Amino acid sequence: MTFEDIFTSLSQKFPQGILGKEETKPDASIKVDPSAIHDVLKFLRDELHFETLHMVSGVDYPALPALCVVYHPGSYTHKMIVPLKVYLPRTDEAKVASVTDLYKAANWHERETYDMFGIQFLNHPDHRRILCPEDWVGFPLRKDYVTPDYYNGMPVPLFFEDGAPTEGGAH
Amino acid sequence: MQNELNNTGTAELKETLRTDELLLNMGPQHPSTHGVLRVVVTTDGEIVKEAKPEIGYLHRCFEKHAEASDYIAVSPYVDRLDYLASMNNSMGYAIAVESMLGIEVPRRAEYIRVIISELQRIASHLMSYGTYGLDMGAFTAFMYGFRDREMILDIFEKISGARLLYNYMWIGGTYRDITPDVVQQIKDFLVYFKPKVEEYNNLVTYNKIFVERTRDIGVIDLKTCHTYGLTGVMLRGAGLKWDLRKEHPYSIYKEVEFDIPVGTGQMGTLGDCWDRHIVRMKEMIQSIRIIEQLIDGIPEGPHRAKVGKVIKPPAGEAYSRTECPRGELGFYIISDGTGKPFRVRCKSPCFMNISTLNELSQGVMVADLIATIGSLDIVLGEVDR
Repeated sequence: MTFEDIFTSLSQKFPQGILGKEETKPDASIKVDPSAIHDVLKFLRDELHFETLHMVSGVDYPALPALCVVYHPGSYTHKMIVPLKVYLPRTDEAKVASVTDLYKAANWHERETYDMFGIQFLNHPDHRRILCPEDWVGFPLRKDYVTPDYYNGMPVPLFFEDGAPTEGGAH
Repeated sequence: MQNELNNTGTAELKETLRTDELLLNMGPQHPSTHGVLRVVVTTDGEIVKEAKPEIGYLHRCFEKHAEASDYIAVSPYVDRLDYLASMNNSMGYAIAVESMLGIEVPRRAEYIRVIISELQRIASHLMSYGTYGLDMGAFTAFMYGFRDREMILDIFEKISGARLLYNYMWIGGTYRDITPDVVQQIKDFLVYFKPKVEEYNNLVTYNKIFVERTRDIGVIDLKTCHTYGLTGVMLRGAGLKWDLRKEHPYSIYKEVEFDIPVGTGQMGTLGDCWDRHIVRMKEMIQSIRIIEQLIDGIPEGPHRAKVGKVIKPPAGEAYSRTECPRGELGFYIISDGTGKPFRVRCKSPCFMNISTLNELSQGVMVADLIATIGSLDIVLGEVDR
């Protein structure tokens, strides 16, 4: 099976859910409607032998503007990975269905995506931050994130100024 | 009357035994947690009801730093993810960027890369062997493992100047060429090390106490592997013959011969801690085989392709993965055509491995929990990034 085969069978099965291909180089990806992602991944897992989910990650596109969730389901049968992309509005209300019930790997990866981008995953069993402290303010991997000077009264030792990391604390 | 008496007796017994659940905090600084990991364990006596790993103590915002640095400046950060296998990490990152640039790495560099990364795999597995022995109460294994790992670190120090974080694998090749005396040193090491693996197996792997502590414990079957996205030794320990070096050969791995060791359930259940341990031990032998095939035939030529000082991959996306000692390390890179990556996402195998801990530790003894954590072979630098 090739990427094209997967794309064809997915678009036949979900004519509304599959929004098209993204012909990026070197790896192309499939654009999926947010409401269909759970069904698409279920179909991939049960019918097309995509046994595992390698990664869930977020991307912030301030220019579009959009927040994007990228899924990398993998197949040991076909020896391939097909990236799926879901575009969400770039607000704090960005929500998409959790796929933790399909792949347990999604549990921690979705938590991390929430932690870093503020994307909420509906029906997630343990929806809280994972790498940052639970009382951290803001979502660090958003492009317009401003590192706070203080966290609970302690100076944050490293902050970003004009995109470049600089040493310092309280300034 | 008799019944009534019995009932009160049982109630009294319960009162005095106090079989309440106990919340146990393991870590963040605990000898058997392999770094700053905290596990919140709920126990009923010696039985573990729940073990929740709390991570993030070593979070250094790798992905945020990467967005602010140019492509070359990311690679020292990559070294610091899995600090016990830095060479493999930076090779994975270099391959990801090279696939976006579409450049070809010189043959000499490919040979050096594979030899060095296989040495790093041995060093990493020796560390795992040593610390796992320590977890099981065998201190000698730790000393032996470190003694031999030190010899590999000496080689790395000679080629890169550093002992732990090398910044040696650069985009397009390697930082420096290797010299004939380093080649000789690697050969000497192989001659010395080859019989050692068997010695270690006799000392620890087939030791009755060790076998009893690790068999039938922490069983990960194939289905669990798939749903948790486990790769590397976990997958092979569960019996699946899957190694990226064979299935998606990168670099020059398709030109060398080696076997993929898998777990067989020799001492107990397929996919238990012992199976994962033996896979690591056997992988060291395969790494020796790979180095032996390459060490005499390193071709002449440049050790780095001409890539220029500023690296600007064309706009696009790449997900590239390599087989690291702890599993498949993936880098998802999005380029917008500028000198800095738009997004770098590191898929860390250790992150997936430790996420299984709660499921593996349901109803086991506390001592077996230690055995399970040890057999996952996690490095917290990579879990937290």
